[in-house]
Amino acid sequence: MESLAHTTFWFVSGRELFLFLHLLGLACFLFILSRRLRPLLAAQRDFRFDHPLLRLGRVLEYWLGQWRHPRFRYAGAMHILIFAGFLILASHAFALLGLGISDRFATAESALYGAIRQYAATVVFLCMILAAVRRLVLRPARYPRSADAIFLLGLIALLMAADGFFEGSQAATHGNLLATFSLAWFVGKGLAAASFAHLRNIHLGAYLTHEVTFFFLLCYRPFGIQFHVETSLFSIYFAKLQRGTIKPVRWGVPEDRLDGLASFGVKQFEDFTWKHILDFYSCADCGRCAELCPANAVGRALSPRALTIKARDYVFRRYPVFGPSRDGVPLVGGLFSEDEIWSCTTCGSCEAECPLLVEYIDKIVDLRRGLVDDGKAPQSLHKPLKALESRGNPFGKMEKKRADWAQGTVPVVNGAVVRTLYFVDSITSYDDRMQSIGRAVARILGRMEENFAMLGARERDSGHDVRRFGEETLFLALRDHNTEAIRASGASRIVTADPHAFNALKHDYKDMPPVEHISQVVARAVRTGQIRLKPADGSVYTYHDPCYLGRHNGIYEDPREAMDAIPGLRRVEMERSRDRSFCCGGGGLAQFYEAKERERMGLRRVRMAAEAGANVMVTACPFCMANIEDAIKVAGLEGRMTAIDLAELVDRQMETADSGAGN
Amino acid sequence: MEILVCVKRVPDTSENEIQLNAAGTDIERDDLVYAVNEPDNYAVEEALQIVSRTGGNVTVVTVGGEEDEEVLRREMAMGAQHAVLISDDAFRESDGRGIAALFKEFVEAGHYDLILTGVQADDGCAQVGGMLAAMLDYPFASLVTAIEVVDSGTLKIAREIEGGCKEIHAIDLPCVLSIQTGINEPRYVGMRGIRQVASVPIPQLSAPDLALALAFAGKNNARVVRTDYFVPPAGKGAEILAGSREEVIEKLLDLLKTKGGLN
Repeated sequence: MESLAHTTFWFVSGRELFLFLHLLGLACFLFILSRRLRPLLAAQRDFRFDHPLLRLGRVLEYWLGQWRHPRFRYAGAMHILIFAGFLILASHAFALLGLGISDRFATAESALYGAIRQYAATVVFLCMILAAVRRLVLRPARYPRSADAIFLLGLIALLMAADGFFEGSQAATHGNLLATFSLAWFVGKGLAAASFAHLRNIHLGAYLTHEVTFFFLLCYRPFGIQFHVETSLFSIYFAKLQRGTIKPVRWGVPEDRLDGLASFGVKQFEDFTWKHILDFYSCADCGRCAELCPANAVGRALSPRALTIKARDYVFRRYPVFGPSRDGVPLVGGLFSEDEIWSCTTCGSCEAECPLLVEYIDKIVDLRRGLVDDGKAPQSLHKPLKALESRGNPFGKMEKKRADWAQGTVPVVNGAVVRTLYFVDSITSYDDRMQSIGRAVARILGRMEENFAMLGARERDSGHDVRRFGEETLFLALRDHNTEAIRASGASRIVTADPHAFNALKHDYKDMPPVEHISQVVARAVRTGQIRLKPADGSVYTYHDPCYLGRHNGIYEDPREAMDAIPGLRRVEMERSRDRSFCCGGGGLAQFYEAKERERMGLRRVRMAAEAGANVMVTACPFCMANIEDAIKVAGLEGRMTAIDLAELVDRQMETADSGAGN
Repeated sequence: MEILVCVKRVPDTSENEIQLNAAGTDIERDDLVYAVNEPDNYAVEEALQIVSRTGGNVTVVTVGGEEDEEVLRREMAMGAQHAVLISDDAFRESDGRGIAALFKEFVEAGHYDLILTGVQADDGCAQVGGMLAAMLDYPFASLVTAIEVVDSGTLKIAREIEGGCKEIHAIDLPCVLSIQTGINEPRYVGMRGIRQVASVPIPQLSAPDLALALAFAGKNNARVVRTDYFVPPAGKGAEILAGSREEVIEKLLDLLKTKGGLN
């Protein structure tokens, strides 16, 4: 068949026509891209240029390796096929572009690559049909009804079909071999009887269709969910490396100069960092975050998916490709409601799920910082925050009573150097129910003959959730106070039973001695035989992963190991466990915020435990305990379901000298 | 509009365990934390909201010692433009009339269109607003739950009366209003805000500046003197309603109606 570049289309040569088409397409794409870059340049700084090797590794894992996709089996498998197909077809697509301009680009490709890419195109084509069927017929709840998505599927299918016709018509003309049962093969078979003139027209028509569709897609993608094809590589390369942390108020502004900033947090769109805006572009609207989000599940005003998509549409309006900027509504109070911003428990479920590593918690915290700075903290948080400021705990209790729970059984740091510092934190110190967790921890450490003490009246709230609720200045004050007290204690390690304190000490505080959660201490002690546990009762236990122990710090196995060390303990898993654990309702200041919701998260969680066949819920966080025990009552499961903290369970099962003698 | 808000620093009831001292003459003050009196905070918020609509300035004033600067700074962090501390040993232990006299002299030295106080102080007697109005010969309304600026000389206000009903009044400026909690949602004041006004100088007025009030202020001029404190005996514990859900709802409704919670 004759060369594309030398064919005459109407009055112009193929070379001129395609050169024009390609340059026009490319120019449009570059123009659109430059417009899309503008908000990124107007945005705040964000230091994401460190650790290039680590970042490349994550690109290999999450981008090339599509690591998170199979978490949703069918959609994930399909995406992997489509993604692989695109990668395989990329060089073919560029070769095709060249072919229209000059025959010199018609380099011979290996038969193997030819076959692979023909199958790849076929698979992508079939996936488009399956994906359209899923969206139109099966309609998984997490997909919004989106004409855009169907249109895009159609365009890609058209691209694949055009390629098939291009190849098939060529093969029919020259009798080339095509990969059996590939799209092109079927077309070739179908066109076997066609005349040469007919085949030529089909061939040219297919090429033209392919090129026009290719460039149309290229230029259309930056207007919607498919922009992730271009941006995902960058989103993943620049993704946040350290989980459990919160971004600084302003990158590049050291803490001691924060008072000089005119404003805190995100109040207008340009207060987001460039990476956060890139996230808005990259979101593929797949809805996995929203499906897993506990706030969304109980009908709160928050859906992570909606948060991102609303922000994306907002930036498209504020920085349009064509025409004047439509600034639109204020960010919070307009685009987002205040209740939406305060509804997040920072459980991290969305971030654990997102295949594109879109960040949510930092954005939510930045929006909260903006609200707090404008005096718009929710009314119900004013008193706890004021009490944290003046008393160091959200309940407004006296500092001098902070150590009363121990009834004198735990020494308070008093100048003598201790090896282990037990950081108790506010709820365990002051809440009647949670004090029992503190006493269990003290008995466990005592049994292990640890040289330990606590800060007592000198301890302040860790400030973990003060930071996450956007009150950075107060958090820094609490942190600095505790840091000084911890350093003065001379402790060489810290143990806590509160995952929020654990996460704060580990990630928010600086230069701390090593921090361990009590579940880690216990797991090691049962492993080495330092603690021996007596047989369990006949209850069925299930372990609820606290967000700040599990998702934010990756501690999933230690608590389970500790439980399994109890002889005869029957343990079942809830469907939502480990990094898919369902938040109990949130800790710290989240306990003081009453979001509008259909039901409590804890209630859902308790039902999940009941469905798993458990009658004892074991957790390892005092806030989980508060929420779960409340929910057991609300669910009317009193007497049929109980909750116990891991430390309490271990304390209960520890063999005393007497009971040990029998074994 | 130039608005003056009279505020007071009080022990924060939500963060203290109030106990009598050994002599029974005062509460134990060693471990107390203080806050701005809650209704006063609503008054400042209301003033700020009025000024944001009509323009003007908000000034906060208190009678007390150095330690009372803390609440003035908190209100400045909220948005009040000016703060004044009225402080002198001669003013110590004034009764309500003495405080009102000090405010009267302060008000007459300035130009204020509207003067707000909280409806009462947590540790007070709800006297100052009314007395101040009388001394100034200004119109006065108490328990105000809404303010609308009609024109430069008139306000429309709502007052809370028994049973949650509201009365609407017109009142001429300048006037004194005592503000009920719930009139608005006071904005949050964080540490950052307070730090930003930490070094703003707060002018102090002492006895020579307010010489006329000396005839009323101070311990010796007080006509009402605190003589004793007592703590009420603990009442009966909570009552837990028993029965089916419907029965419990029925009983609860009855209780709420008989105790005046519902109409």
